[in-house]
Amino acid sequence: MNRHISFIDVFFFGKLLPYGWRRAGDHFNGAYEGTYLFSKGVARLVSDCAYATSTTLCDDHSIDPACGSREHRRPMGRSLPLTTGRGASTIELLGGRTRTDISFARTFSFLAATFLISLLFGHSTASAFCGFYVGKADTKLFNKASEVAIARHDDKTVLTMANDLKGDVKEFALVAPVPTVLEKDQIHVGDPAVLKHLADYSAPRLVEYIDENPCLRYGLIERKMDAMKSMPQAAAGKLERDRALGVTVEAQYTVGEYDILILSAEESAGLETWLTENGYRIPNGALSVLHSYLKQGLKFFVAKVNLVEQAKLGFTHLRPLQIAFESPKFVLPIRLGTVNADGAQELFVYFLTKQGRVETTNYRTVRLPEAQEIPLYVKDKFGDFYRDLFTQQVKRENERGVFLEYAWDMNWCDPCAANPLSAEELRSLGVFWQDNGGKMLRGQGQNVFLTRLHVRYDAAHFPEDLIFQETSDRSNFQARYVLRHPWTGQEECPAATAYRQQLRERYEREAQTLATLTGWNIGDIRKAMNIALVPTSDDKKWYQRLWSN
Amino acid sequence: MEQGNGETQPNKTVKRLDPRLYQIFSLGILLTYGLLWLHFEVSIPQIAITFGTALLTQYAGTRLYKLPKFDPRSALVSAVGLCIFLRTNDLVVVVLASLIAIGSKFVIRWKSKHIFNPTNLALIAVIVSGLGWISPGQWGQIAWLGFLIACMGSLVVTRAARADVTLSFLAFYLGLLVARALWLGDPLTIPLHQIESVTLLIFSFFMISDPKTTPNARAGRIFFAFLVAVASLFVQFVLWRPNGPLWGLIVGAPLVPLIDYLFPGVRYNWPEPSSGKLTSVFSLPVPVPLSLSQSRRIS
Repeated sequence: MNRHISFIDVFFFGKLLPYGWRRAGDHFNGAYEGTYLFSKGVARLVSDCAYATSTTLCDDHSIDPACGSREHRRPMGRSLPLTTGRGASTIELLGGRTRTDISFARTFSFLAATFLISLLFGHSTASAFCGFYVGKADTKLFNKASEVAIARHDDKTVLTMANDLKGDVKEFALVAPVPTVLEKDQIHVGDPAVLKHLADYSAPRLVEYIDENPCLRYGLIERKMDAMKSMPQAAAGKLERDRALGVTVEAQYTVGEYDILILSAEESAGLETWLTENGYRIPNGALSVLHSYLKQGLKFFVAKVNLVEQAKLGFTHLRPLQIAFESPKFVLPIRLGTVNADGAQELFVYFLTKQGRVETTNYRTVRLPEAQEIPLYVKDKFGDFYRDLFTQQVKRENERGVFLEYAWDMNWCDPCAANPLSAEELRSLGVFWQDNGGKMLRGQGQNVFLTRLHVRYDAAHFPEDLIFQETSDRSNFQARYVLRHPWTGQEECPAATAYRQQLRERYEREAQTLATLTGWNIGDIRKAMNIALVPTSDDKKWYQRLWSN
Repeated sequence: MEQGNGETQPNKTVKRLDPRLYQIFSLGILLTYGLLWLHFEVSIPQIAITFGTALLTQYAGTRLYKLPKFDPRSALVSAVGLCIFLRTNDLVVVVLASLIAIGSKFVIRWKSKHIFNPTNLALIAVIVSGLGWISPGQWGQIAWLGFLIACMGSLVVTRAARADVTLSFLAFYLGLLVARALWLGDPLTIPLHQIESVTLLIFSFFMISDPKTTPNARAGRIFFAFLVAVASLFVQFVLWRPNGPLWGLIVGAPLVPLIDYLFPGVRYNWPEPSSGKLTSVFSLPVPVPLSLSQSRRIS
């Protein structure tokens, strides 16, 4: 332990950075200039999926259960670059199928069977998503955002705490209440790339569709927007001082680049003094929270960066800290982070579970609006859109809601913002229940369900720690927003006339949706969409059209 | 949820609206609010199947046990309660839960009283089996909604003359939460946040207050409320499992016969709401027989 460090702020759950380390807008601006948010380079293929039509056509990229038989699958033989965040990779199609697709294809019969069973037993109807992924909303859009991944089964929990510290690593410190004294083997340093992959895989996404020629397909206008609902992760003196303060250093380890202490204490004032004397800057008002946690029998996990070890390891960034423990408490302690906090904070929690979706029991878990059609120009400002949408939803729930952004079986995705995590990646995040040494046979179902929750919280609206429960709900959900390109052909036919007549109404509807979702000014939206320039359907009243030939 | 059965008391002199009608009405409003405003994940088929199975089971039980008349009211209360609480991906589970709820009234009995609150038993069975779940946080902490429920609920229990069990349960529960907060040094906003749960209010006003499964005497009911409150908090803060009150009631229910033995009182009869005082028996126009008789009463 470096005992000569200056005072530093402390990194709690939900308050991952000390005050002043990240100025408002730092990440926000970064995200705007990011390389992948708008995904301008992403190929967009004309969808063979008849968006919103009663008949679903499928290509080889689709793993839509409705696209069951080979007869309905049309090899496209084109490349489909998939963005996977900053480390974007392009997967070339091999004969119209990606490796992932091949894997999906092998699991396909399983999925199709599941779908059939779900129909037989009266599950909610599974439908095609189709459409093409064009972008996602990154967690970096939000200021003061923390990310935590929790893998849990049978009370056995692996907690991964992301660390995106941009400041001086000497100033990093973390204090987290933990239910038990942790052995060295229970502490691990993870790979930030895996957590990033998890975030990308589950990110809110933007997809687009291109209307087809209405003369060719009459059913185009009839939409089934509910298509999203589908079927189915020290020295003697020091010791004396510790004793005088009633603080016991239960254990002390160096793991990777971190020096770790497990503390227990007889009373909170002693713990607070100890932390202060050892260079941890505890916010005013934390005493009562420390007191409460101590009374509940919690220990304190304290981590700092060991600069020597870090230099040896050669890492320039801090890797995520992971702890494994067994406890019936399915709780994320956020109270220390809210003490004296400067405004609300963002928290993303990714749950990897065996049974199904996770939700909060002491706060309302709300699904974000999804599958909404929004104007095309949002494509270039999806980050703005998603951030403002989230803010609107927070207000709508009186700042007390916990929001579901993603809930999906880890076997697949549609559309994929990033490929599903491999068995090895899942294992590194703590998925211990797949007892196969981390090796997954291709096509074998991964018994992992991912839930992504996003919460904006402060002490006033979230007085209590977040308490969770795992449900048996395995229905899929994703925050997905839809761009729908109009057909611009010149062909004339009755269907084309009808199609053109409803276009302006559709644009207006999209404008209204956007205004409602984001709180943006409707006038500005209409202006940006150039709705006024869209030809109207000859401005005739309905009765005029009725009797005109 | 209040549960009677298919039996009506032969009381012609006093005509009072059955308290269960208030329950069906107020719980129906809650369910509608949840569906329309809170977007509960309850499908129309689920609602239809819940009601259908509950009524069919009630009818079958009426025939099987040769009850004089089919009375759907209690089954309806159970059904609407299940719709409010039960979440599952599988409609077969909905059928099972409704069967267990109504069936238990006929099967699990002690001295002419059913032991478990039917809705409570069905919900616990579903949770234990892992076939479904309850979302205790689904209502959010909207104070006015809680207030509304409290008002409607209090109306119901007042009519049912068993407000004592509700009020004493809430008092013990809140008291223990506050005591815990004081011991931990937590601000009072925490127990207040915990008590703001609409799920807790529904439990207190519509479930634990079931006069058919609560002790007959007032003293017994207050003791019962204390036991349920302690068990609920034990589940929540020692075992760290959700839905503490539901578990508390399941654990407390089998003790009711013992409590009835310790605190004798008059068994409850739906058309004649009473507080259960023994002396009141003799002032009723038609005396309600004490429950020791072996007459076939499924209520």
